[in-house]
Amino acid sequence: MKRNLLLSALLLLLPAPALAMHISEGILPAGWALFWFAAALPFVALGIRQIQARKQLDPSYIPLLGIFGAAVFVFSCFPIPVPVAGSTAHPAGTGLSAMVLGPFASCVIAFISLLLQALFLAHGGLTTLGGNTFSMGVLGSFGGFFAFRLGRLLRLPLFWCGFLAGVAADLLTYFGTSLEMALALHGDLPVLSVLGQIFLAFMPTQIPLCLLEGAVTGGILVYVRKVRPDILKRLGLLKEAVA
Amino acid sequence: MKPQRRLLSLFFVFTLFCAPAPAQEPPAKWPGVDETVVERFASELGREARDPYINTDQGDLLLFLFALAGAAGGFVMGYCWHKIFVAGRKPDDKEH
Repeated sequence: MKRNLLLSALLLLLPAPALAMHISEGILPAGWALFWFAAALPFVALGIRQIQARKQLDPSYIPLLGIFGAAVFVFSCFPIPVPVAGSTAHPAGTGLSAMVLGPFASCVIAFISLLLQALFLAHGGLTTLGGNTFSMGVLGSFGGFFAFRLGRLLRLPLFWCGFLAGVAADLLTYFGTSLEMALALHGDLPVLSVLGQIFLAFMPTQIPLCLLEGAVTGGILVYVRKVRPDILKRLGLLKEAVA
Repeated sequence: MKPQRRLLSLFFVFTLFCAPAPAQEPPAKWPGVDETVVERFASELGREARDPYINTDQGDLLLFLFALAGAAGGFVMGYCWHKIFVAGRKPDDKEH
């Protein structure tokens, strides 16, 4: 029995082509991989503190963490075919989680989701976990969070605030991926040129997808307002009457 | 080694060598942006992706794990959703 288990474990380590949608294993050189770990981990650590603090104040915070944590995990490993581009990509989901749970808590969720995907789903990588956490967790969460705040500041209807958050989180995640690759791999080429090329190459797939993510994010916010407006008020997302 | 076991081992080795050689496959439809963008640019810039340390992308194993992850994620989402938006809904909750 033990021998069979050991054999099965060894079989898993045999090389085979892997299809991952974040930065794949081995693409970032060791120095850059470490740099992005160092850049992402403070946000994750602060996120753990934010979760500890918020769960003391609000009893519904943990079930919300369950909903939106699971949503980020599922969204970020969910390849959606984009017919105009002929390829597939996944949404980030961190705009939604950042609005509801806070941007730091959203970084923790992204980190855990990406870790599970790297360990069990051949999706992303362990050496690129820091880079992927920084792009999807940090840039996606903070981009989505500030886009939502900007929408509220401009007194846009709640749906459009959520829409902006979803679009920003998605685009900034892929901007982060492009930036990380450009910084690490540009060689003799100018960084901005490589960054622009990679980011533009994402666009045929990501523009339709970010619009979809924006609509889903806005729709979920409107639904929550309809069913449990008290939660949005408690989380500080609704302070005054909105359209 | 027993004759039956020897015969079985020989048969196993024979089937391994008789396995059809993989044909030249046409390019896959619906590639992910990992292939079309990340790995393509990385390759052009002199860096190749390597296999994951725990490679579950083997046959239907990955499909099984994706289905399991989707089911587990869906269960957690549904359970917590019910807790907040169905059971936790108060009768006096009105649209804002």
